[in-house]
Amino acid sequence: MVVVVVIVTLFLAGGLFFTLVGSIGLLRFPDFYTRLHATGKCDTLGTGLILIGLIIHHLFHYSGTPLVPVRLIFLIFFIFIANPAATHALMKAAYEVGVKPWKLGDERR
Amino acid sequence: MISVFLISSMLVIFAIFLALYRVILGPGVFNRTVAVNVIGTKTIALLVLIGYYTERPEFFDIALLYAMLNFIGTVIFARYLERGELWS
Repeated sequence: MVVVVVIVTLFLAGGLFFTLVGSIGLLRFPDFYTRLHATGKCDTLGTGLILIGLIIHHLFHYSGTPLVPVRLIFLIFFIFIANPAATHALMKAAYEVGVKPWKLGDERR
Repeated sequence: MISVFLISSMLVIFAIFLALYRVILGPGVFNRTVAVNVIGTKTIALLVLIGYYTERPEFFDIALLYAMLNFIGTVIFARYLERGELWS
């Protein structure tokens, strides 16, 4: 059982790493498009890794109810489809409105 | 195992507060919309972690509902910002 705990902790640590890196990128990058680039992938992967770790935890610790993590599998599928679609919609809207991309030497905005 | 879930929830809440800075002070409406989308995605992971911390699987249904509302809200807001109106 110690092996399962270590595996679940590793999955949670990876997910938290990507989540925190996405948030720091949202703070640090100089432009709207670069911030979208930082968060659109890191958030999807971080939430997916956290949910995969929790599915493994459920299958080994609550083995009497194996149908409960099916909801989490649906949640992973939905996030992996919907989050890039929302990011693409926002980027297309900003490009149509006329937000200029950042170039080297411009000020941060 | 419970303490791992507690520490993970605290770190996710810390990441949410980092994104809240961009919601409050971000220049322009697009930065704020991106930050709200990021907060919604992190809230899904936070709800599932709370569901395992308190051992109540009802939180997973709330997480599913929150994911759908977050996606629909972001797409509709992007469409409104692009066209200036919702239905055309």
